[in-house]
Amino acid sequence: MGEADAAVLRLEGITRDFGEGEARTRVLRGIDFSLRRGEFAALMGPSGSGKSTLLHVMGLLDRPTGGRVVLDGRDTGTLDDDGLTRCRGRTLGFVFQFHHLLPGFTALENVVIPMAADAGRLEPPMRDRGRALLDRVGLASRADARATTLSGGQAQRVAIARSLAMNPRIVLADEPTGNLDTQTADEVFSLLRDVNRDQGVTFLVVTHDRRLAERTDRIIELVDGRLVSDLPNLPS
Amino acid sequence: MRFEWFIAIRYLREGKAQTALVLGGTTVGVAVLIFLTALISGLQRTLVAQTLSAQAHVFVKPPERVARPLPSPDPVADHVEKVPDRVRSIEQWQQVLASIGTMPGVVAATPTAAGAAFASRGPATKSVTLRGIDPESFARVIDVVTKMKSGRFALEGAEAIIGTVLASDLGVGVGDKVRVATPEGRGDVFTVAGVFDLGNKEVNARWVFVPLRSAQTMLDVPGGATTIEVKVDEIFEAERMAREIARRYGLAADSWMELNQQLLVGLRSQSASSWMIQVLVVLAVALGIASVLGVSVIQKSREIGILKATGTSTGAIQRIFLLEGALVGGAGSVLGALLGSGMAVAFARLARAPTGDPLFPVDLTPGLYLGAAAIAILTGTLAAWFPATRAARLEPAEVIRYG
Repeated sequence: MGEADAAVLRLEGITRDFGEGEARTRVLRGIDFSLRRGEFAALMGPSGSGKSTLLHVMGLLDRPTGGRVVLDGRDTGTLDDDGLTRCRGRTLGFVFQFHHLLPGFTALENVVIPMAADAGRLEPPMRDRGRALLDRVGLASRADARATTLSGGQAQRVAIARSLAMNPRIVLADEPTGNLDTQTADEVFSLLRDVNRDQGVTFLVVTHDRRLAERTDRIIELVDGRLVSDLPNLPS
Repeated sequence: MRFEWFIAIRYLREGKAQTALVLGGTTVGVAVLIFLTALISGLQRTLVAQTLSAQAHVFVKPPERVARPLPSPDPVADHVEKVPDRVRSIEQWQQVLASIGTMPGVVAATPTAAGAAFASRGPATKSVTLRGIDPESFARVIDVVTKMKSGRFALEGAEAIIGTVLASDLGVGVGDKVRVATPEGRGDVFTVAGVFDLGNKEVNARWVFVPLRSAQTMLDVPGGATTIEVKVDEIFEAERMAREIARRYGLAADSWMELNQQLLVGLRSQSASSWMIQVLVVLAVALGIASVLGVSVIQKSREIGILKATGTSTGAIQRIFLLEGALVGGAGSVLGALLGSGMAVAFARLARAPTGDPLFPVDLTPGLYLGAAAIAILTGTLAAWFPATRAARLEPAEVIRYG
């Protein structure tokens, strides 16, 4: 199997500008890199370096100004909005810094929503799968709790279960532990790592935390919209 | 369950205060719609029914006689005077009557011989309208049978049927004798066979029914009929029918609508003002729904971004909010129907004539409920259009980043 085949996500010359005319600023200045299948990579960089923008472009939440995002060998630039939504729903999972669960719904419903959105309807088997996913993140007992009653760590675990609902190829996590205390952060990070190992899901985790980044396979550093280093993190 | 329904219903349940507010507004709006329509249509139906209780829908008369100056190259007359008209019969009225009876839309037709007369008993004399009729066919055009106060609606030999007011003016009752004579002096003595109350004081004071044959003799139109009175099945088609009859037979024909133009103008302006009120109410409900949903879209922009990030399509987001509008409209129409019919029924109970009789019934028909529900659901959906489109256009990256 060649390297091109192993790349589940490839970025080619990505640029992203914001604003118009004089106020136009280039946040991403030509990014090229690939994520290999089953990889667990960390994206680091100071505030304002463009990490979140890059993550949104990779996650098809935002279109690049220039360059190509190739997902599973397919150029996503040719897709319309609904095509992007479908592609995003089926191949990508997201974990955000502030969990972003829907407050009016239970933990289980939050996990089920991506499946129901994709199918266009809510079906009983989805609940079974949702329960299994909550069990996987250790929250089976909180399935029927309102999202607003969950602790930060619990909410982030539910968000992880939700990101896995559609069996994604890649999970993109934007500072998933940024809002948690050290011990909870460690637990959540371990969970991500376990899912990666057990299910072969590719992860890209944005983090500020060097200590956590050290636990990944690869560390990519972004400064001022450019990749400044991309190093395999070999176990010592 | 459809995904959009699941989310829309949950959002409505979640936003209790907002939902209650907008649902309350819609309920009141639908209630006003139903109450007003039921009231106005009940009122109008009663007014028309009262008017037509003592009136045929179309009156067919002989053509008007016009004086024509002799055709001549030099004008010989500088003034043409109208011919003073006497009581005349419709030519060939039997054939005309039979033919009108077969016209589509005609329920019944009856011949009458009518003219001015005096009714007297002892020293009391009253000016009346003599109406020679055939009771059997007349009853099919104007319902007098159920309006009889005493006696019966039938005429045998020298019998007459008079109204309650005339009966009391002359101090007569069933079985008493009354003398009826025309201004020309032809007269006869009739036995009162019955007394009617057609709900119209003028009619009750003036109409004297006698057998057609007696009237023909007294009015000097032997074997003739001065009018054919027609009942049609669609009362507001009467004017069209009258014109059709006039054209077809070369006779003069008036509809009840022409004879009651003021009533019709009144009904029309009443309908117009009630329509205007209803349009404004619907507009207010639409604005209410639009503004509450608009606020809810702003409050939920981050959630909408999350839904989009996790695979909910732009179309589905739009449908969720359209559905919220439609559901508010639907629920509002159920509650509004209950409130509106409650108000209408209460009004009909409370509003009574000085005599204690109900003034008029309200018209609560299935069509009214269906119509109100359709308007409410449509209004809700249309009002939700702008907020829904706005929600669908939200960029997930923006609301997640800044939200």
